[in-house]
Amino acid sequence: MTTILTVPQSLDDTTFEAVLQQHAALPDGSKVMLDARHSRWSSPYGLIALLTLAQARGDRPQFYPPEDPNTASYWARSGFFRHAEKLFELTRPVPRSRSGDSNFFLEITPIAQTEDVQHVVAHIQERSKAIMETLGFPASGSIGFSVVLSESCQNIIEHAGGPGWVAVQTYDWQKRIGKRVVVIAVSDSGVGFKQSLGQTKGASDRWDDAAALEAAVLRATSRFRDPGRGQGLAGIRRYMGKWDAKLTVRSGTARIGIIPKWDDEPPLVEHLPFFAGAQYQMIIPQAAPAE
Amino acid sequence: MMLTPMPLDLRMAIARAECDLYSNLVTRATGRAVRGQLEEMLSDMPGQRLAVLDFSHVGVLDFSCADEIVAQLLLRFGAGLPPHAPAPHPPSYFMFRGLAEAHLEALEPVLERHGLALVAEAHDGTMQLIGMVEPHEHSTWQLVIESGGGDLAAIASFASAPGTEDLHARLVALARRRLVIQTSAGFHPLRHH
Repeated sequence: MTTILTVPQSLDDTTFEAVLQQHAALPDGSKVMLDARHSRWSSPYGLIALLTLAQARGDRPQFYPPEDPNTASYWARSGFFRHAEKLFELTRPVPRSRSGDSNFFLEITPIAQTEDVQHVVAHIQERSKAIMETLGFPASGSIGFSVVLSESCQNIIEHAGGPGWVAVQTYDWQKRIGKRVVVIAVSDSGVGFKQSLGQTKGASDRWDDAAALEAAVLRATSRFRDPGRGQGLAGIRRYMGKWDAKLTVRSGTARIGIIPKWDDEPPLVEHLPFFAGAQYQMIIPQAAPAE
Repeated sequence: MMLTPMPLDLRMAIARAECDLYSNLVTRATGRAVRGQLEEMLSDMPGQRLAVLDFSHVGVLDFSCADEIVAQLLLRFGAGLPPHAPAPHPPSYFMFRGLAEAHLEALEPVLERHGLALVAEAHDGTMQLIGMVEPHEHSTWQLVIESGGGDLAAIASFASAPGTEDLHARLVALARRRLVIQTSAGFHPLRHH
């Protein structure tokens, strides 16, 4: 029997939890079909989370693409269908798009090896300079942007033990916070923080997904003894603070956040439905004008 | 006696590490490969060495590469050793050029995490210390720069307070951190001519 999982009309990091909730309720070995027929919008996080879900399952679930032609076209231009057709069994033909054929800041890009990170950083550098200037940051901010991208993608290679995805898009959030934002989403279906950092815990320590996330994100703990390790996330945090940006990292059943004043998400959420690997989202808002 | 600075060609190391399609130093694997090439180049320089690494052509430097290339290079050549640990002989010194503000954003936290410091030449040719440096270390290093180096008496003559006992110990400690060059003739700044 195949169970249908409904993809929300508006798919982002929050509403994707509803997909995971449905997924978690299924008995092991269940076949699924993801139904995105009524989806009208998705954030980069939503799109790469769908790919990650299929990757984590590994059984090529069926997928109903959005019926709305504009939505299907946008998802195609994001690169979603190019990757989805390898991971899902698509139930009908989808619009075609070529790589580079979109206004996506960074189309959905697979990350499996060091060269992929090099490629992403090289590809995005010129565009990041322009966008960081548009957001009111000095030109040097584009380097920081590339560093954030590089370090978050490297976590896939260094810690996840499996391939992952990255995508970046810009939005005008005039209604929400009165500013433009850049959204970076990174996701993998690897072992997650709890298992990756498992060797570092003491025998008496509480050890669950939330504790692992706290160790990695707040204390820059690494599974390596070398004090030079674990600096990537610490560095990302520093940039987030400097730019008044929001960082969330989800792994297993927990999500931790470095939450700026303009957002009201709780800094730690536990007991979420299980999801393999790790998912990062960074939202960088336009800088306040210099006084 | 002064050491002749030897440029350690970072672009050549990047090319040899087969990362030459990119001018960005990102990812730990890239950093390891580039450092491996730099170490090989260093092994071709006999005796006491002052190697100059020029970052002018580097675009993005991330934390992982800063750690693998700069911090690990300094550590492997003895810059982070505790006071009485045996240091590699002959010593190697490193001077850095072309470090932009964006490079320093990645480099400074990395150096601090390891308790390291380095000598950098700014765009205007002035020398500066980057990383973890105590105020007394900075003032001692400044004396070496101002005096141009020499024996203890020559350096001490530039100090505002008389006395050389403490100064010698401080200079030796700076040399162990590879922030000044120690030779039989005294202590000298790392300088690129």
